[in-house]
Amino acid sequence: MRAVIEVEALRKSYGKVRALEGVDLTVPEGTVLGLLGPNGAGKTTIVRILTTLLEPDSGRATVAGLDVVDDARALRGVIGLAGQFAAVDETLTGRENLVLVGRLYHLDRAESRRRAEEVLARFDLLDAADRRVAGYSGGMRRRLDLGASLVGRPRVLFLDEPTSGLDPRSRIGLWELIGQLVKDGTTLLLTTQYLEEADRLADSIAVIDNGRVIAQGTAGELKARVGGERLDVMVAPASDVMAGAAALAPMAGGDLHVDPAEGRISLALPGGPPTVAEAVRRLDAAGVAIADLSVHRPTLDDVFLALTGRVSEDVG
Amino acid sequence: MTGPGGRSSRTVWSHTFSDAMVMTRRNLLHYVRVPSLVIFSTITPVMFVVLFGFVFGGAIPIPGIKYLDYLMPGIFVQTVAFGSIQTGIGLAEDQQRGIIDRLRSLPMARSAVLAGRTLSDCLRNLLVVVLMTVVGLLIGFRFHARPSAILGGLALVVLFAFAFSFISAAIGLSLDTVEAAQSAGFVWVFPLTFASSAFVPVLTMPGWLQAFAKVNPVTITVDAVRLLFQGQAAGTQVVRSVAWMALILVVFVPLSVWRYRRA
Ligand SMILES: Nc1ncnc2c1ncn2[C@@H]1O[C@H](COP(=O)(O)OP(=O)(O)O)[C@@H](O)[C@H]1O
Ligand SMILES: [Mg+2]
Repeated sequence: MRAVIEVEALRKSYGKVRALEGVDLTVPEGTVLGLLGPNGAGKTTIVRILTTLLEPDSGRATVAGLDVVDDARALRGVIGLAGQFAAVDETLTGRENLVLVGRLYHLDRAESRRRAEEVLARFDLLDAADRRVAGYSGGMRRRLDLGASLVGRPRVLFLDEPTSGLDPRSRIGLWELIGQLVKDGTTLLLTTQYLEEADRLADSIAVIDNGRVIAQGTAGELKARVGGERLDVMVAPASDVMAGAAALAPMAGGDLHVDPAEGRISLALPGGPPTVAEAVRRLDAAGVAIADLSVHRPTLDDVFLALTGRVSEDVG
Repeated sequence: MTGPGGRSSRTVWSHTFSDAMVMTRRNLLHYVRVPSLVIFSTITPVMFVVLFGFVFGGAIPIPGIKYLDYLMPGIFVQTVAFGSIQTGIGLAEDQQRGIIDRLRSLPMARSAVLAGRTLSDCLRNLLVVVLMTVVGLLIGFRFHARPSAILGGLALVVLFAFAFSFISAAIGLSLDTVEAAQSAGFVWVFPLTFASSAFVPVLTMPGWLQAFAKVNPVTITVDAVRLLFQGQAAGTQVVRSVAWMALILVVFVPLSVWRYRRA
């Protein structure tokens, strides 16, 4: 597949703050790249450079074959951007906001109106279309903002933390909308602090920390880095924990922890969920009773912890 | 000849123009939507005219001219100078809301946001100047000149406002918040308007202040407008005033475009 976004050795400092320290990225046409990282990692800086709002100190970046510095104006014609905070004009109506953007893409009045209508319908804003944005809820503003980034029918879309600050229901609604966009073949670069969001929307995830890409791969590949699934067993009574651990040790490949106080055993499950039955049989044979049992699938939180030694929320 | 992206230079020019018009229209829509914006930006000037006229009207005798006739050009220029702070506030507000970022990511002309803002502010100033003239006439201010000189004087006031709005734009785009733009505006506009011939003759001021007041573009413009409204020979003052505005534009147009590009 052809690369639509190519970033090479990108560096950017704000005075003494080194925001980007050599970032390389490639995004194939029609795919979604998730930039995942805590607050201050450099995500917004990358988006601002790729959308020509900011010039890099060094390195090279192209979008749809156009250089972010040399071909900035042409580049702006093929991208859409929804920044970290909804950038809509509160005094205008939702429709007026969209028509304004259409006119600034140099569409004629009729075409701008048509596209505004289309976006309003798609984002479920028709009822509120002719009301002033000042009265919109946070979720409606986000949808309008996202809609505004689509008026120009961009080949490449940039969304900077599209769901930050939204309640869980609006967030899930927005995920569905973004999912649909991607199905239409738009290439998308999305930043997020939510591990679940990257997992859900992105084909490939680049983990950013302190201005560097510290890992890149599919959600599955990243999860494989922290090991596969784990099994958590609570035995009853807790005093049986050592007997249970001895019974399970042969199948854990050396990765087994015991919490005697709680009667909990946690072990790696190299064979995946199908081997849960074997664990149950082993405990049964050893005469150890099971109080609770759960399979823990690694989340991207675990990935972040494994890569940086920090929990993502702590940093955010 | 082709412009960026292989488009003809004619297309580039027509886009630049249409972008500026689209932005002007958007700013004017704000005035329609939020009537308080219009009311406050017109009520203050009207209050100035009435209050200054009555409060100072009898107290400050100036030889050879009725004080109200002396004062009115000063109030016109002072009012639009303060009004120019709005340009910076409007831009800072768009910046704070992220609207400038969105606009900068669109394939529109980069000059259009500034052009749209200064043009719509220019139209607002035109309205304010007309309104102040009417109110001034009602309370006893009189022109003593031919219509061409009167129109020339009014045009000079609007041009002055246009030039000052670029100083304000450069400041507004350099600051992050509306509040900062507002405070900063007063810091530079207050001394310029009060240390000038707007309310009292420069000769009544202490020497060090006179030195400043004499070269102050507010003094020079107020004097030029005053002479025009009085039907006196105003050529030199008009030239000096226009020269000041040209200088301001030459410095602050590029400066604000530069601030906008790297906002
Ligand atoms: N305008 C700025 N001036 C100074 N420092 C900045 C500016 N913008 C961002 N930074 C700093 O650069 C680093 C990266 O910021 P940013 O790209 O916004 O990260 P993220 O979007 O991942 O939260 C942070 O340390 C941040 O404080
Ligand atoms: Mg950010």
